[in-house]
Amino acid sequence: MRHTGVRAVVHVFVAASFLVAACGQTTQPPGAQPQATSAAEAQPAAGGGGSLVFFANQFKPVEEQGKMQDIILKDAPVKADFIPEDPGPFNDRLNAEEKAGKLTVSLIGALHGDMDPFVKSGYLEDLTALVQKLGDRGFAPAFTDLAHLGTKDKTYYVPWMQATYVLAINKKAMQYLPQGADVNALTYAQLKDWGAAMQKATGKRLLGFPAGPKGLLHRFFQGYLYPSYTGSAGVVAFKTPEAAAMWNDFKDTWQYVNPQSTNYEFMQEPLASEEVWVAWDHVARLINVARDRPNDFVLVPSPAGPKGRGFMPVLAGLAIPKGAPNRAGAEQLIDYLTQPKQQANTAANLAFFPVTSAPVPAELNPGIKLESDAVQKQAAAKDALVSLLPIGLGAKGGDFNTVYLDTFQRIIIKNEEVQAVLDAQAKTLQGIMDESKAGCWAPDPPSDGPCKVK
Amino acid sequence: MVMPTAPTEQVAAQPPAAPVARRARRRQRNTVPYLLLAPTVLFLAVFFAWPMVQALILAFQDSSGQWSLAPVERMVNDLRFTESVRNTLVFAAVVIPLQTVLALAMALLLMSNLRGAGAFLYLWAIPLGISDLASGVVWLSIFTDRGYINSVLNALGLSDSGYPFLSYENPLSLFVCAAIAEVWRATSIVMVVLLSGLQVIPKDYGEAAEVFGATAWQRFTKVTLPLLRPSLQVALILRTILAFQVFAVVIALAGRQLPVLAEEAYQFYYTIRSPNTAAAYALLIMVLSLGFTVVYLRLLRVRDAELGRG
Repeated sequence: MRHTGVRAVVHVFVAASFLVAACGQTTQPPGAQPQATSAAEAQPAAGGGGSLVFFANQFKPVEEQGKMQDIILKDAPVKADFIPEDPGPFNDRLNAEEKAGKLTVSLIGALHGDMDPFVKSGYLEDLTALVQKLGDRGFAPAFTDLAHLGTKDKTYYVPWMQATYVLAINKKAMQYLPQGADVNALTYAQLKDWGAAMQKATGKRLLGFPAGPKGLLHRFFQGYLYPSYTGSAGVVAFKTPEAAAMWNDFKDTWQYVNPQSTNYEFMQEPLASEEVWVAWDHVARLINVARDRPNDFVLVPSPAGPKGRGFMPVLAGLAIPKGAPNRAGAEQLIDYLTQPKQQANTAANLAFFPVTSAPVPAELNPGIKLESDAVQKQAAAKDALVSLLPIGLGAKGGDFNTVYLDTFQRIIIKNEEVQAVLDAQAKTLQGIMDESKAGCWAPDPPSDGPCKVK
Repeated sequence: MVMPTAPTEQVAAQPPAAPVARRARRRQRNTVPYLLLAPTVLFLAVFFAWPMVQALILAFQDSSGQWSLAPVERMVNDLRFTESVRNTLVFAAVVIPLQTVLALAMALLLMSNLRGAGAFLYLWAIPLGISDLASGVVWLSIFTDRGYINSVLNALGLSDSGYPFLSYENPLSLFVCAAIAEVWRATSIVMVVLLSGLQVIPKDYGEAAEVFGATAWQRFTKVTLPLLRPSLQVALILRTILAFQVFAVVIALAGRQLPVLAEEAYQFYYTIRSPNTAAAYALLIMVLSLGFTVVYLRLLRVRDAELGRG
């Protein structure tokens, strides 16, 4: 009797600890820190410009993180601990540090759209004086304007680097390019015909999109398809007839897309293995294939739709939080990172391009040259239609992206009725906009209150 | 006839003293196990029970901290909810029986005195040392369009472009691939539990049965299996709870096209930034696990008589 009692207790214990482990896994309190909370502050400044924590929501993949730390920051005047984090935990940590009044981060690296909530909460230092001091760098005026974040006389970040999304093409695909199509000025209709021609000739579906769990397909809808078809950034025109036509078109195109796309995260991989020949992705996620095999690939601007060639420039900036433990060091590091050498180095190693007048050196790897040419061609296209990254969503960014990915899942993968899906998802989208109070962004005109779905 | 009274008095005087001493001894005996257990209980309370309570609370609060059913509603109305519940249950229903049978066979093989049986133990222990995600990635390289299987098919001239095992267009093969990977990954743990169970079964029972003319199969079903019931119970409970948490293998092989409960909890926490809905998912996983644990405890109840401890 006694033995069964003990055994039952053991069972219950084992069971309970697993149950709790099940809960524990997913319910870490928000703001839980990664272990990487740098050794740098533990041992304060050891000579020179001291040390600091450089916290960013870019370059999270280990390989990129390593390049940033070991190449770009190698000769920095300040010993910088580069800590990248996904956007969610990134926001959590900064918010938690600000709320606790105990800052460990001295320098923030983030995308333009991610800065807005921090400005609204009053977390960021005004860097106007620093930008003026760095006047000789030749920042593009469009970028320094954006850095005002809607204010008149304040500058909240110093432009750091830029990137965008383009098409990468295996040269084997060129022979199937539809007649009369200019590869540097494709339309979405031509892309579809091209996919069809390749499938007819090879029996394979050779178009590819990064629709995997960590892929960036949502940016394709927000910054490319929606602007190209509706002239809107994807909120205002979310369920308009133009949007419905757009989804139907994309559904037609999808029949020529490799179904493995729902597993792709960095298109350079299926491009390198030739599972796909034509793929759309972020330049930083195409760089390996461009660098390793510059003779086999071409990079071209994204296609255009009825309203123009929608594209999304990705601008990253450097900001200093109020109360930063090493503000002087952070300013030195900003100075260092915006120097021509580091700007070119960042392009060469991480495929983010200069925001200053620093040229990308011609003797650079031909793959980098390919990318930078495509980026320039896209920006300079006659029908170019700039669409910004979502602005001011803060913690709602993930929710916002999910709306587009769920719409994709329902319309394209599950074959649901287009307008019904758009109507249903529009409600969720409006809820997110109302809750985050984010106004409309380019190419839509600014709104007074939260951006409204038409 | 006059009885001396002194002894009676002595007897009468003794009882008060003796029980006190015995009770003190018993109390001492009773407190020691509790004292020994205390650190573990404290550890579990602080690091497991408290977070679990927090998760429970989170699941019934909205994002501003007010009591609300919103997280549960959001979970139930989510695009992938029904699918993820179905996938998780079907996955467990397919994988667990398969693993139990396999693990039993493996454990019996190890117990047999075949030459080289010991080597299998090392071989089978390999998956135990590999993380979920790593094994998912290993299987991805086997099943993907340009993976090992397709390379072989290609070399044999059987398939030109490779069979898309992992495409959302072939949900069955996607499911089967994930199940194979999970069986490979987590059968060893069941085997270890069953093996330890087999090792404590005294040989005498089997030998006695043999003397009475029982065949090998009869000895297995009438002697070994009943005596193995306690271990089977533990193994099944462990595996079922783990099966409801299946995550990394599935996400590595299927991306978002084979949603399971733990994956949805992760997505809601990390990508969508809704800890409340994530907690609702975690709660659901817990309720399912608890329910099945109770079922196992009842179905596989071990009676003392069966263990020869009357």
